[in-house]
Amino acid sequence: MKSFTQVTGIAAPMDRANVDTDMIIPKNFLKSIKRTGFGKNLFDELRYLDEGQPDQDCTGRPLNMDFPLNFPRYQGAQILLARENFGCGSSREHAPWALDDYGFRCVIAPSFADIFFNNSFKNGLLPIILSDEIVAQLFDEMYASEGYELSVDLEAQTVTTPSGESFGFEIDEFRKHCLLNGLDDIGLTLQDADHIRAYEEKRQQSAPWLFGAVKPE
Amino acid sequence: MAGKTLYDKLWDAHLVKARDDGSALIYIDRHIIHEVTTPQAFEGLRMADRKPWRVDSIVATPDHNVPTTADERASGVAGIEDPVSRIQVQTLDDNCDEFGIVEFKINDKRQGIVHVIGPETGACLPGMTIVCGDSHTATNGALGALAHGIGTSEVEHVMATQCLVAKKMKNMLVKVNGTLNPGVTSKDVVLAIIGEIGTAGGTGYAIEFGGQVFRDMSMEGRMTVCNMAIEGGARAGMVAVDDKTIDYVKGRTYAPKGDQWEAAVADWRNLVSDEDAVFDKVVEIDGASIKPQVSWGTSPEMVLPVDATVPNPADETDEVKKSGIERALEYMGLEAGQKITDINIDRAFIGSCTNSRIEDIRAAAEVAKGRKVAANVIQALVVPGSGVVKAQAEEEGLDKILIEAGFEWREPGCSMCLAMNADKLGNGEHCASTSNRNFEGRQGYGGRTHLVSPAMAAAAAIAGHFVDVNDL
Repeated sequence: MKSFTQVTGIAAPMDRANVDTDMIIPKNFLKSIKRTGFGKNLFDELRYLDEGQPDQDCTGRPLNMDFPLNFPRYQGAQILLARENFGCGSSREHAPWALDDYGFRCVIAPSFADIFFNNSFKNGLLPIILSDEIVAQLFDEMYASEGYELSVDLEAQTVTTPSGESFGFEIDEFRKHCLLNGLDDIGLTLQDADHIRAYEEKRQQSAPWLFGAVKPE
Repeated sequence: MAGKTLYDKLWDAHLVKARDDGSALIYIDRHIIHEVTTPQAFEGLRMADRKPWRVDSIVATPDHNVPTTADERASGVAGIEDPVSRIQVQTLDDNCDEFGIVEFKINDKRQGIVHVIGPETGACLPGMTIVCGDSHTATNGALGALAHGIGTSEVEHVMATQCLVAKKMKNMLVKVNGTLNPGVTSKDVVLAIIGEIGTAGGTGYAIEFGGQVFRDMSMEGRMTVCNMAIEGGARAGMVAVDDKTIDYVKGRTYAPKGDQWEAAVADWRNLVSDEDAVFDKVVEIDGASIKPQVSWGTSPEMVLPVDATVPNPADETDEVKKSGIERALEYMGLEAGQKITDINIDRAFIGSCTNSRIEDIRAAAEVAKGRKVAANVIQALVVPGSGVVKAQAEEEGLDKILIEAGFEWREPGCSMCLAMNADKLGNGEHCASTSNRNFEGRQGYGGRTHLVSPAMAAAAAIAGHFVDVNDL
């Protein structure tokens, strides 16, 4: 996984509550067996005026010019500002993959859906929770000022505006550690392989029915 | 010290290691996999030269991409017309063969929707931790299990380590008291709950569904309710074990037998919240107050009783919510103040991991019996949740009743719930759907989904518009 330390970049809006994962990456693009290449279909049904197809070259497709991500001022954005319950719906990790592939490194919202939140950390995409009031303030400042950039510092756990105003955010120590160092979860867990085996052994004695193999016939 | 909730007990029994930073390693007993959220996980295993930790804990089946017409199913994977879908299903087959994972392949009688086949085969049992790269995994919580959806990175993690890195959720009790009125089903109950708590109401919680209504509810009904816990924001939903749970599990293919069965049942009897357990949040609803529900908007919380009218954004004071309602009305092509019963439908869909079990098919057939699908309804699809459900429905003659009434009877799969196969809504079409999500575009580009129970979907198909099933 790629690490996350600091990012300074243009903030772009996704100004609605309950943005669901079907909206982030519609189901017809989930048929890919790869992890990459979802960026061109991020928010596909909002971003384009036609119906997208998997594996399609999107360069000639008609753009919905009412959709903020298509505005010139938000090109190259790395930080997505969103409203409450961002990422609700399915468990598809294609959602953070699409955001990452598009170029976002960070999503800031008052709240996130649990599975999306969790999936983001596995992909070097930092979801930051700030209060309703602060998010509302950031939206207002962003709309008021073209080229509005935010600086995110994971080590310091701060989001800083162009005027130098800084907001702290909370993050689990373990997730922070993994993100800062780009650590692979599996390798870390396997350091506890002895614990897992010990648990398994004990459990197999006390609840053997949980270890019933599923057999072909 | 306060007693433990059902969730506390399940968590404690699976705790491998509590880490200093507040996270924990939780042991996973059963891992169900399907074709959409696993290819990248298998690729990850291969790249790191890792093998599944306990290959016999995994069960696979393709469900999202499989065609549901008998013709297209006839020649198996090779017959799937959409090449991208075909590759994904083929990739699952190849991965399962390579790693030695048991898979119910496309035309195996046991194939079906992951969340239907888990309980049905006894692969999922009370007291287990169960995960799947699919947010509706909470369905299995109806067994008194801790079941929830995970992402693809976690699928890889569970395959490689048999564990999940998790943080304990908070406890929430949703208690529905009293008894339900005629025509009100488990689907109406869960839709009413989501209407009450909102789509983020359960975020960060594991929900236990308690109260007389759930004690009286069938296992299939409990599965419908737990299935939609995620639509209320909760990753996990569950119901305490009782006689119904034990009776349901008994005799299933992979359920314990003989002495092990007796020992298991004795253990499972403890899978209830202690009398003095403390929940972080409690929501109580009077079962008798629930009417048949119909969703009108583009989020499952946008749901109302069938006798209500579509809301007016002008009545909403919160600006974000107000614009949400406006956008939903525009997308759904509805007018503020319009009666729900005045919404005509173009299609009906009875199926999905929420409502494709035998009881759901029976409910639809009961409404359809001796009636005809309305002329304005282009298509009324019935898609059983598994080969086993399909066979049982056919044995009971339900397929004939439905076909006679003008419904199409299909092969098992996820189908029009998320339209990854050929079954989808046309642009602007309204659908009475027994699925779980009414998000924009979910059932097809520009499609308009209304979430309802199987009985209400069948009733809408017959009437051509939404109608209280009691008034049909």
